[in-house]
Amino acid sequence: MTVLPYEEALAAYDPVLGLEVHVELNTVSKMFCGCSTAFGAEPNTQVCAVCLGLPGSLPVLNAKAVESAIRIGLALNCTIAEWCRFARKNYFYPDMPKNYQISQYDEPIAYDGWTEVVLDEQVYRIGIERAHMEEDTGKSLHVGGLTGRIHGADYSLLDYNRSGVPLIEIVTKPIEGTGAKAPQVARAYVTMLRDLLQALGVSDVRMEQGSLRCDANVSLRPVGTSPFGTRTETKNVNSLRSVERAVRYEITRQAAVLTGSGRVIQETRHWHEDSGITTPGRSKETAEDYRYFPEPDLVPIAPSREWVEELRATLPEPPAAKLNRVSAEWGFTDLEMRDVISAGAVNAIEATVAAGASPQSARKWWLTEIARRANEAGVDLENVGVTPQQVAEIQALVENGTINDKLARQVFEGVIAGEGSPAEVVAARGLAIVSDEGALAAAVDEAINANPDVVDKIKSGKVQAAGALIGSVMKQMRGQADAARVREMILEKIG
Amino acid sequence: MTLRQPEASEIIRQTAVDLAVKIKSRELSAVEVTRAHLDRIDEIDGEIHAFLYVDQERALASASRVDAKITAGEAVGPLAGVPLALKDILTYAGAPTTCGSKILEGWLPPYDATVTRRLLDHDMVILGKTNLDEFAMGSSTENSAFGPTRNPWDTSRIPGGSGGGSSAAVAAYEAPLAIGTDTGGSIRQPAAVTGTVGVKPTYGGSSRYGLVALASSLDQPGPCARTVLDAALLHQIIAGHDPCDSTSIDQPVPDVVRAARSADVSGMKIGVVRELGGEGYAPGVEQRFGEAVELLASLGAEIIEVSCPHFVYALPAYYLILPAECSSNLAKFDAMRYGLRVGDDGVASAEQVMAMTREAGFGAEVKRRIIIGTYALSSGYYEAYYGQAQKVRTLISRDFDNAFSQADVLISPSTPITAFKIGEKVNDPLAMYMNDLCTIPSNLAGNASGSFPVGLAAEDGLPVGLQVMAPPLADDRVYRVGAALEAALESAWGGPLLDRLPELGSVR
Repeated sequence: MTVLPYEEALAAYDPVLGLEVHVELNTVSKMFCGCSTAFGAEPNTQVCAVCLGLPGSLPVLNAKAVESAIRIGLALNCTIAEWCRFARKNYFYPDMPKNYQISQYDEPIAYDGWTEVVLDEQVYRIGIERAHMEEDTGKSLHVGGLTGRIHGADYSLLDYNRSGVPLIEIVTKPIEGTGAKAPQVARAYVTMLRDLLQALGVSDVRMEQGSLRCDANVSLRPVGTSPFGTRTETKNVNSLRSVERAVRYEITRQAAVLTGSGRVIQETRHWHEDSGITTPGRSKETAEDYRYFPEPDLVPIAPSREWVEELRATLPEPPAAKLNRVSAEWGFTDLEMRDVISAGAVNAIEATVAAGASPQSARKWWLTEIARRANEAGVDLENVGVTPQQVAEIQALVENGTINDKLARQVFEGVIAGEGSPAEVVAARGLAIVSDEGALAAAVDEAINANPDVVDKIKSGKVQAAGALIGSVMKQMRGQADAARVREMILEKIG
Repeated sequence: MTLRQPEASEIIRQTAVDLAVKIKSRELSAVEVTRAHLDRIDEIDGEIHAFLYVDQERALASASRVDAKITAGEAVGPLAGVPLALKDILTYAGAPTTCGSKILEGWLPPYDATVTRRLLDHDMVILGKTNLDEFAMGSSTENSAFGPTRNPWDTSRIPGGSGGGSSAAVAAYEAPLAIGTDTGGSIRQPAAVTGTVGVKPTYGGSSRYGLVALASSLDQPGPCARTVLDAALLHQIIAGHDPCDSTSIDQPVPDVVRAARSADVSGMKIGVVRELGGEGYAPGVEQRFGEAVELLASLGAEIIEVSCPHFVYALPAYYLILPAECSSNLAKFDAMRYGLRVGDDGVASAEQVMAMTREAGFGAEVKRRIIIGTYALSSGYYEAYYGQAQKVRTLISRDFDNAFSQADVLISPSTPITAFKIGEKVNDPLAMYMNDLCTIPSNLAGNASGSFPVGLAAEDGLPVGLQVMAPPLADDRVYRVGAALEAALESAWGGPLLDRLPELGSVR
């Protein structure tokens, strides 16, 4: 696969983005039946005649899903339709039991909104085309073959537990003018959306579980021109960092195609997390005709204006206002805040502070220790395996002198490995700082006796040379000592 | 084989209401009544082929439970112990539901349709499942994958469709009552050509949950019976709001039983629809219809003529909307989860198996409508076909609104012609579609409508039906007019029309 270096791609082409985000709602029951939506159950245990699409069954709309859809629409500054309908999207696929999906077509519940994302202190306004309701499909597991996809598989297994789970699809208007920042803006938008949906309490927003899914549309046009180029739609983008990487990859790939005088094919592409590339899926040029028509099994939805206003009153603060507020509350510098935002750590820090940690300590852990582990594992911060509550507990252990920052890293390791709570990890691994003055004094004596030259230097006034002795003591104590106290004892003894 | 006519005193000749009274007073047992009907089915259904499945064991078991309840003095439903037949497009857990199609081969539904549930909750006894055109697409039952049902009036003729099995079962005394479903006339047209009563409730009046969908915006379950009162009693049991069907109406069921008992049309304004008559209508149909209109006038009704100018477009609009919806509704039959599976040799892809199964499992008429519907919904054609048809639908509703502002009910012949010969129209779909010319407008507009026997056509001696159409949620008016006609005609005839049913299988 040929790609153009990113800078070269951007010098010649201007990227235009379009992001489609699917959000699984966290309603107790499915969109059109009473089955549970809980994630991770045994396959085909959360199904009934309706979500299996058995002959004769009929859908009944979940009012809570409509409420969530309206709240999402309002939070994205959309107009809420006074009257709208569901439509059938017809296509054949084994994981869709009716071979049509109940969705919305030309009458979405929410449309024509906007939102803002902040990136490097610059505000980008993102237009929202629509937010509409639809039902999720089941899941296919293709067994055998090389790709894990249906073509070439030996057989496929179907799990309909997800069939009928309520989804909201949020579609942006074309996002223009982001230039080289396009991949980061895409990531910042999805991050903002995730935080907003979390604040609304309407979804678990777990990208790795598929409760938040992003399809990234990318097209390029020569710099200085206005007609849009041919777009591709990249699917299987399952983490925030993948959003950024996939957009960046598509820009470099399309740029290579265009500079090679080729033609970008309008198609669906598949993102590969491991290799960091996209490959073609089905071509949209031979795409199916979905034959949408109004769903005759459901009646139109006409949310009263009173209800819409009641729901508006339940909205959390807008994302930009929230950033301003927390930035002031936490007392971060502009630079610190910028890093926090671009790391997508605002909600994590907020939760850690709420659990008792100071803002600076929360920032430190999320942006250093946890961010490093996230990078190594190639996952988003929230999937490293440590919760804000646990971060706050670890910080409390540091502050009460049970452990130091260095030991804290081992505690993180233990917590992530599933060894228990931070306190349990400290106990099990024997990480607590030794405050036994006798043991410490013996170690100090040994360090002094073993390093007469260093002692001489200290005596001659070079107090900074004490570092070597402190290191020696810490080594003997396997790190489980308070370095400040060790220094104090060394200086006392040498006098 | 000569099949005898039952004697008037026999159990199977009695009305549902009489049977219910006798069962409740323990003059007859439900088991006795059920057994009599099972015997009748055993005796004559080889000739009629009204049933696709007879559930003898469960029927007798539930009859015996009803008898026990009555003996114990427990409260029971108004038609407790009365047996009936269910069109094989409604689910009844544990009994095969075929919809008259090979594609559902082997499928046992795991749940009861709401209509089925209500029948059982009201202590009624389900004898079995009746034949129909495949997925209710047809006007003769000739499209059933399991062979046609025969008209008890003349077994060389069709019993109507799609619910020919239900109406023939009732006409042939195999069941006093049956459930039908009506998408474009599938209850009313079979009722008309078999000399029985059939009513399509107001759309949303009875639940579609568990009715395998043909066209969701048109389908409606309703009663089939030999008398108007029997139909009303069954209507009352199955109708009413169902939270499982979003299109069901959350309003009280109109008091159809009282209307059937009152049978009074004096002072009623009855509109004869000008567009539903004339060319294409058999002389015997027009004659009996004309006499019935005069009879209604003699009973004190005021007869006026009304015009519904857009009814002439009803048939073409219907044959776009129905196929469009059915092309989507029938997409689920794909061999992946239940029913027939063809060509799964471990090599063929899922897509190929789907295609092979649908090719083998669906009959010609079903394929025809799926193809028409798929085309009508295609991008670039949607507005010209489906969109335009929906506009016609609105115009037809307005015609009804306008007509109902002048008249309490509208009447017309139920069908342009009487029962035709089996095989006569199978190769001419358009001629077949014409059978539903009079019944389709009420499906498009969603109002209540029923068909009642008004005599035999002079030229062929076959039954003629009169259709009564009432505004949405005024189903009671349909019964009022039907019952008035029935009372007056039976007194003129000296008994029910079905008394003149020839001995089955002995003539023609």
